[in-house]
Amino acid sequence: MSTCSQVRRITSVDEAVAIVREAAGSSSSMGRRGLTARGLGRSYGDPAQNSGGLTLDVTGLDKIISVDATGDADPVGGEPTVDLQAGVSLDTLMKVLLPFGLWIPVLPGTRQVTIGGAIGADVHGKNHHTQGSFGNHVRSLDLLTADGEIHHLTPGGDESDLFWATVGGMGLTGLVLRATVAVQRAETAYFTVDTDRVGGIDDLMTQMTARDADYTYSVAWFDAVTSGDRMGRAVLTLGNKATVDELPRTLRRQPLAFTAPSFGTVPPVFPNGMVNALTARAFSEFWYRKAPAHRVGEIQNITQFFHPLDIAQDWNRVYGPAGFLQYQFVVPFGAEDTFRQTLEVITSSGHYSCLNVLKRFGEANPAPLSFPTPGWTLTADFPIKPGLDALCRRLDELVLSVGGRLYLAKDSRMTAADLRQMYPRLDEFRAVRERVDPRGLFTSDQARRLEL
Amino acid sequence: MDAVGAPQTLLLLGGTSDIALAVARKYASAQPLKVILAARATERRSAAAAELEGLGCTVSEVDFSARASATHAQTIEECFADGDVDVAVVAFGILGEAEQAWTDADHALELAEINFVAPMHTGVLLAERMKAQRHGTIVALSSVAGERVRRSNFVYGSTKSGMDDFYTGLGYALDEFGVNVLVVRPGFVRSKMTEGLKAAPLATTPEQVAELTVAAVRTGKEQVWAPKLFQLVMIILKLVPRPIFRKLPF
Repeated sequence: MSTCSQVRRITSVDEAVAIVREAAGSSSSMGRRGLTARGLGRSYGDPAQNSGGLTLDVTGLDKIISVDATGDADPVGGEPTVDLQAGVSLDTLMKVLLPFGLWIPVLPGTRQVTIGGAIGADVHGKNHHTQGSFGNHVRSLDLLTADGEIHHLTPGGDESDLFWATVGGMGLTGLVLRATVAVQRAETAYFTVDTDRVGGIDDLMTQMTARDADYTYSVAWFDAVTSGDRMGRAVLTLGNKATVDELPRTLRRQPLAFTAPSFGTVPPVFPNGMVNALTARAFSEFWYRKAPAHRVGEIQNITQFFHPLDIAQDWNRVYGPAGFLQYQFVVPFGAEDTFRQTLEVITSSGHYSCLNVLKRFGEANPAPLSFPTPGWTLTADFPIKPGLDALCRRLDELVLSVGGRLYLAKDSRMTAADLRQMYPRLDEFRAVRERVDPRGLFTSDQARRLEL
Repeated sequence: MDAVGAPQTLLLLGGTSDIALAVARKYASAQPLKVILAARATERRSAAAAELEGLGCTVSEVDFSARASATHAQTIEECFADGDVDVAVVAFGILGEAEQAWTDADHALELAEINFVAPMHTGVLLAERMKAQRHGTIVALSSVAGERVRRSNFVYGSTKSGMDDFYTGLGYALDEFGVNVLVVRPGFVRSKMTEGLKAAPLATTPEQVAELTVAAVRTGKEQVWAPKLFQLVMIILKLVPRPIFRKLPF
């Protein structure tokens, strides 16, 4: 739906402070409609939109202040860290860190995400079951609150409740200006990957449960079009960071080299309805068949392993002007029957999703609005067409019936009442927000829609 | 308004109109929402509120009287007090007595005030709010009677003609603010407004008008006829030369 907002790009901390103070003291429409932080705009819904108000584009806060590659600043653990501004993208950071032999601990499905966004949505990756979400790796952050003050927050410090409300807080506690993030040592920019084709959903879930713990990274693509016995047939990929020894001779000379191949940009020529029964079936068949039935120890680069979609920019255009809706939920372990039922509902719905991901989450972190909780998470992309609202509501009901939840960074349509049920610690979050921003200066279309 | 086109808050100005309530029911059948019923404090309004609450909606009632223009600003303020309105339906109006309307000055004034002056006055107030929130849809219930006035009900037709033009222009003006205005032009609707009248050709029901309206809001259309065939019928009727048109038997 169309909305309008004024966007201002901020390039310095002083500028950010001045804008927040001005807006806080203003009774104009901009003051009333509040402020929203926006990074690279990769949320699927409205969390970085602010109709009628002011949207602050923070991508100008793009300085990497220091990299502690040796871990000197941490005499106990010797943990390497990077100190950087909130507008730096994970893509930039990754390219800066690799030559130091360092690796970002959590990478979501795209690298076009800012540090501020990664904290605000508490993003997760294929290693959630072993290493948690992004917030687990943030050692400190500077938060500009509605009163114009900057708080230096740590996970266990004086205002640890504000730190954890900011992690996963969708930008509603204030503006993240700067953060110190723990990073990992890496010998290479490659991964050793085991791939298996799995014939159906039950087998897939059994295999993931049995094998996940042996790998840092684990994820499955599954077929959400085919029903019957082969419902949920999947390609399971399990991987670890590769050591230099594991690389073939040709790659050993430059083990940390990274090139991002691009096949160019998808032009905006696709009409609606190109992702349909026919193309989705063909794609799903192809994607399943192209995967090896069983392969062990393949060396894959970053793009192959993490971001196969990044080789074509603006790939979303194949969905046409109507676009698509991303739906991601998690249901707790033990709710496998309900999980299977969601898949039955999807495959029999007449809505076709090609890019479907299944993953097991590990332990949650202390953030009250953080999405990942122990259980099964499913992601699907549906082209927008009539009846999709009814399908999503049916899925909501199933997810709610077993105490599951939807991901705020992907949500664009859930209701305030459902959110309250999904996030039982919402009041805790609201109390912190009420303390630091009683007028609700920091807000968003999503915050208004969901009464966050 | 969410990504699949479902509003969270619906405002019905003229909250007891059959078409307005059919719109509310249509939305509620998909997903419960907040509904603000702005109408005179009557039993009919309470009954409508109770019915919508039965469908899972959160309903608030606001007093609104079309001819009390001094109270309009207060009414609109109350309607927006709880937050943004995604869809506002301007649904109030009267059909009047056609022959009395052009011979009795008081009745003509009543029609003009309810069907034209009040929609324009509240329309400006609505526009101000929608402009500030920078999103939303205003639905104006016009009529095909306003597209080309006929001998049989030209007073009603002329009020609808003015109202239709105002909201059409308002849509142009609000476009840059992210606000859409949808003008709905039903033909003869079998409702409480037309009770006792003989149905005209292409007669429709409030439910059918509501269905077309909800679909048009979702796709961001600016005008819709109910039934759809009226668009074509009106194009033809507007081409009929006046000497012939005035003698047509309706």
